Amino acid sequence: MPNADMPEARALSEARAPSVTPVRPQRDPVPPLIEARGLVKRFGSFLAVDGIDFDVAPGEAFGFLGPNGAGKTSTMRMIGCVSPATGGSLRVLGMDPRVDGPRIRARLGVVPQADTLDMELTVRENLLIYGRYFDLSRREALRRAGDLLDFVQLGDRADDEVEPLSGGMKRRLTIARALINEPDLLLLDEPTTGLDPQARHLLWDRLYRLKQRGVTLVLTTHYMDEAEQLCDRLVVMDKARIVAAGSPRELIERYSTREVAELRFRPGEQDSLGGQLDPLADRIEWLPDRVLLYADDGEAAAEAVHARGVRPESVLVRRSSLEDVFLRLTGRSLVD
Amino acid sequence: MTAGVRVLEHNAMVYRRTWHGSVLSSLVSPVLFLAAMGIGLGGYVNRAGGAGALGGVPYLAFLAPGLLAAQAMQTAAFETTYPIMGKIVWDKLYEAMLATPLTVRDLLAGELEWLIVRLCIVCTAFLAVMTAFGAVRSPAGVLALPVAVLTGLAFATPIMAFSATQRRDSGFNVLFRFGITPLFLLSGTFFPLDQLPWVVRPLAFLTPLYHGVALARALTLGQVDPIAALAHLVALLVFVAGGIVLTAASFRRRLVV
Repeated sequence: MPNADMPEARALSEARAPSVTPVRPQRDPVPPLIEARGLVKRFGSFLAVDGIDFDVAPGEAFGFLGPNGAGKTSTMRMIGCVSPATGGSLRVLGMDPRVDGPRIRARLGVVPQADTLDMELTVRENLLIYGRYFDLSRREALRRAGDLLDFVQLGDRADDEVEPLSGGMKRRLTIARALINEPDLLLLDEPTTGLDPQARHLLWDRLYRLKQRGVTLVLTTHYMDEAEQLCDRLVVMDKARIVAAGSPRELIERYSTREVAELRFRPGEQDSLGGQLDPLADRIEWLPDRVLLYADDGEAAAEAVHARGVRPESVLVRRSSLEDVFLRLTGRSLVD
Repeated sequence: MTAGVRVLEHNAMVYRRTWHGSVLSSLVSPVLFLAAMGIGLGGYVNRAGGAGALGGVPYLAFLAPGLLAAQAMQTAAFETTYPIMGKIVWDKLYEAMLATPLTVRDLLAGELEWLIVRLCIVCTAFLAVMTAFGAVRSPAGVLALPVAVLTGLAFATPIMAFSATQRRDSGFNVLFRFGITPLFLLSGTFFPLDQLPWVVRPLAFLTPLYHGVALARALTLGQVDPIAALAHLVALLVFVAGGIVLTAASFRRRLVV
């Protein structure tokens, strides 16, 4: 029964998918929270961001997906009004970062790539002083600190030092700190890099709840599962440019097949296959340690391989992911 | 500019955790120095006719205002090296602050405000101990407090500019060994400048400590020459103003990229 429903559901989503490159959010005429056109960031002779365009609509979760060095952090720092753009135009919350930096930052929450917590203060004091930077009264800052520590499940560590907290806890504290001013827009630069799977899932859950409450999220990541979990829409960045844009599902539909058969061979065997596999899939990627057969029916492709007398050591059939999209677009893996 | 108070508040919040020890050492250090050098060594100097050479002033009363100014210099140098590097490089607290409505100008203002508070604490303690030792011979000596604070700022601001250019703390060793320590010893703190070889004497005029020591000493001894005092004051203000301009440029270059 569920099988019978699935094509229908897919057809529906395809019907909704726009035919043009969806760099702009679909639900105009709501003015975007962030609007970038031809945005450029240069450090000396190094071009970190090379003329990118994107819009972020209120209430959505928007992601920059790409490998290290793609220009994601530089873009985030420009949005955060801490790094002046070298060229192009950027508007955040309808204002110009060059003249309204402090007014924009008053309404942003920022979770930087490396935690910038104050190791000489307690967990609660970190939130208190940060609230003071936003001109909250001490009483109000302490009230919000209490609520936020409960929200990120650190209520019982409020009066502890920061140093002994685990990486996941520090990250959650940084998120709580970024929320002290009740921001309209939360910027997260690689929020879960370096965390163990359990800590990541806890963090995703909290971010998902924020999204439910209507907070607009902008995040960078080089984890495709993170992008799939959290982002309504994302842009794929590579070498300072945007190479694709859309919802995770749209990107997968546009740049990959529905399924993938991953074949692993005994050492040396992969190279001796020649063109044998070519007619069996829509597209084939040869990676150093495995061969990826892209096909709408992965099982059928795997069976066809078997029928040809080719005997891989292992076969895994899975759905296409953003990793496959990235591989298709750049010829490289996301995480090296 | 008013948002700089938030940065001051941050420093005060951190200081609150260690203020007991800090204030205690601000009192103990002058007691040790004044007892050992002012009374101990000073006894010999006075008996050997030093008081005559110092214009009839006991060595303790000569030395104490010099040490006051030197203490301000050392406090300022310490507060503007490792802590500033920590906020830029180690804990990245400036990055966290700049993600809020605070600006580079606010950081600078707040750090200066905090330095003034710190220097006031240290120098008030020093001046109190001096008074208890009978080393303040004129009511005008109370003005040695703002002079010492100004001397501290004259070092703090250029050093802050320097600290913001550094990637590691190794430069600070060089600064203390070849900058702060020689100045401490050779800026008229322990002996009158005319004891120095004439070739190096003009160099002393180019450092803030010489001016701070001379002005603080004139005030605590009650021997103020208005013209000379004004010259010292202007010299200190020039260092502070120049240091602020350098720090603003240095902070911008480092923090706004």
